[in-house]
Amino acid sequence: MFYRENGQFKTNYRDDQQIFPILQDRIAIGLLLAVAFVAVPMLASDYFFRAILIPFVIMSLAALGVNILVGYCGQISLGSGAFMAVGAYGAYNIFVRLPGMPLIPALILGGLCATAFGILFGLPSLRVKGLYLAVATLAAQFFSDWMFLRIKWFTLDTPSGSVSVSNLQVFGMPIESAVSRYLLCLTLLLVIGVMAKNLVRSAIGREWMAIRDMDVAAAVIGIRPMYAKLSAFAVSSFIIGVAGGLWAFVYLGAWEPAAFSVDQSFRLLFMVIIGGLGSIMGSFFGAAFIVVLPIALNQFLPFFAGLFGIEISTAGVSHAELMIFGGLIVWFLIVEPHGLAKLWSMGKQKLRLWPFPH
Amino acid sequence: MRSGKLILALTTLAMSASVVTSAVAQAKEQFIPVLSYRTGPYAPNGTPWANGFVDYLKLVNARGGINGVKLSFEECETGYDTARSVECYERLKSKGMSFVQPLSTGATFAITEKAPIDKIPVVTVGYGRSESADGSVFKWNFPVAGTYWVAADAILQAIANKEGGFDKLKGKRIALVYHDSPFGKEPIPLMQERAAMHGFNLQMLPVTAPGVEQKATWLQVRQSRPDYVVLWGWGVMNSTSIKEAQATGYPREKMYGVWWAGAEPDVKDVADGAKGYNAVTMQHGAEPNSKLAKDVLAMVHGKGQGTGPKDEVGQVLYMRGAMSAMIGLEGIRAAQERFGKGKVMSGEQVRWGLENLNLTQPKLDALGFAGVMRPISTSCTDHMGSAWARIHTWDGKQWKFTSDWLQADEQIIKPLVKTTAAKYAIEKKLTPRTPADCQS
Repeated sequence: MFYRENGQFKTNYRDDQQIFPILQDRIAIGLLLAVAFVAVPMLASDYFFRAILIPFVIMSLAALGVNILVGYCGQISLGSGAFMAVGAYGAYNIFVRLPGMPLIPALILGGLCATAFGILFGLPSLRVKGLYLAVATLAAQFFSDWMFLRIKWFTLDTPSGSVSVSNLQVFGMPIESAVSRYLLCLTLLLVIGVMAKNLVRSAIGREWMAIRDMDVAAAVIGIRPMYAKLSAFAVSSFIIGVAGGLWAFVYLGAWEPAAFSVDQSFRLLFMVIIGGLGSIMGSFFGAAFIVVLPIALNQFLPFFAGLFGIEISTAGVSHAELMIFGGLIVWFLIVEPHGLAKLWSMGKQKLRLWPFPH
Repeated sequence: MRSGKLILALTTLAMSASVVTSAVAQAKEQFIPVLSYRTGPYAPNGTPWANGFVDYLKLVNARGGINGVKLSFEECETGYDTARSVECYERLKSKGMSFVQPLSTGATFAITEKAPIDKIPVVTVGYGRSESADGSVFKWNFPVAGTYWVAADAILQAIANKEGGFDKLKGKRIALVYHDSPFGKEPIPLMQERAAMHGFNLQMLPVTAPGVEQKATWLQVRQSRPDYVVLWGWGVMNSTSIKEAQATGYPREKMYGVWWAGAEPDVKDVADGAKGYNAVTMQHGAEPNSKLAKDVLAMVHGKGQGTGPKDEVGQVLYMRGAMSAMIGLEGIRAAQERFGKGKVMSGEQVRWGLENLNLTQPKLDALGFAGVMRPISTSCTDHMGSAWARIHTWDGKQWKFTSDWLQADEQIIKPLVKTTAAKYAIEKKLTPRTPADCQS
């Protein structure tokens, strides 16, 4: 009843090709942006920002990058943590070694460092596929672990190997409070998200999807696999690198190489699997799920167990979290391989008919 | 499609509605957060520490609290991960933390940046940044009772004593098998300083976290045959090291562990194979006969309130957890002396209390630490308060003290602390504390 395209006729190509051709979608997005930029900063508590919103926004950005590589181009990558690390340490070195370097260019240059790293470790994708590529990208992860632990230059020769940043500011405005951090991350997410959405709708996006679906056939019709795969690695690593820079600078503040371990890579992969491979929106769903679930479980499980009179320790909650994650991954892969995003688009389809099902 | 963001925001808000909003702490209760890890590769060592910590809090409550103010506490699982520790810190912050004890050097680095803004003191008993002993730079950090440079110095003194003096160390080789993390790298500056001073060869052997894979490291030890091995590990790395030492035939008598590598979980599996293994202790060792252990068994375990098994009471890490809790709570008590007995103390007030700790021997004895600890006294410039340590050795069944009290050499440590802290101050553009600030 509400979500119909009746009466919405497009009279030029520009209108037809816009990201949200349906008016209701545009209204919904406008409302969402208003809520995200205006209502949330006014209403949310400090804890909500620091523990839920900021990690969610940064992880959505990273999941977006991973989705482009794994979901749209079909190249399984277990090296996302390494790309985040390279982005973070690259941005850190540029920020600290070049005095007067502003924050956002430092993050972008960090992203470009991650791009170079990603292209380098994406080269195996030209020869191997699937599981073997996953192993090759795992090598990237371990290489980055080693690199930031052993090569002291990256951590400014500190004896502890731990680095920190402080006194961040953008255009003279300090990024100290939770709200300012949230808005910085959200703005970057919005800009990069729009760019990513346009990329996947364009020729290069279709090339990626062709490579994913059947790379031999894609090569036959004239898509250059090297160009497509390496560009996927490049774009994806850039986005993940910027997300890594944000994670380190804005969320952690002080970090050591262990912050970007293989667990982070797995987390990102789970986000795109649960959220939906090959869908921009799926990255958001997956990130929300993975970020919020541990916290929700932490609060909810002891209460829930208390209803049955069982005392559950913090270790128990931690173990339950792992079990639930594992179970969910398996469930999603079997029942709904396209993830939460598919459930969402099915919901929208039903909404088109509502309230007149047939 | 971006319209998914609306559903997303709603989903997130809905899920957060299930997140129980933190109840405002009752006006009469002092909230103590317990950042612990009971899962993961560091759990075997983190669990007894957490049990000791929580049992001590329960003991204080059983004794009537601090001047009548009862303690409330909540555990949060960090898994030794910095990001999770930061999340725990942020979550428990809203309940009004008296102080925070991250139990992880990596997390200490991260929380050190946040604590001054949130006005919460960071108490790191026996870990954390060694340079944070300089209170004039690190206003909110309290590495009370010992830092890693104290530990490293004590170990080197013990080795020197065994050899007959520091001059006898010239030309000898000492290998440092360390956990490749901020924790493991902490002693390196001091050991390099001592190596330069006395002419011994320092061989650095990093072990990738979490330290389950050490065959290559110990093959290197077998090849180079160092005179002594200093073990700087935590969690499963410790027991793995000792097993590997046994496998490669390196004499355990020549191994000296840091105080986080000298506890029952590390040697229990190997038992006789670890006989002769030494470790430095931060004042206390395994103290099953202490008054504290007896009080806990009577007043906490006796009432069925014990956290963890009974035979853990009095073990090394259990005592360390209890000692860490004691130091924090004595900071609160000292704050109450100034700001009002029987009142709940804020983070700033507790900070003052921690900076003006004066734990005399009679006070410690009354708390149950007779024969376990030496007096600790902190000040504005010295947040460590004490630099005493001992060596204990595993005899196959228990830890026994095998040395006198050793005091870390202030002549070497103080300048090192000052220069490193000064570097931090310059990097962070901190203004030095004024004498007036010290009184506040």
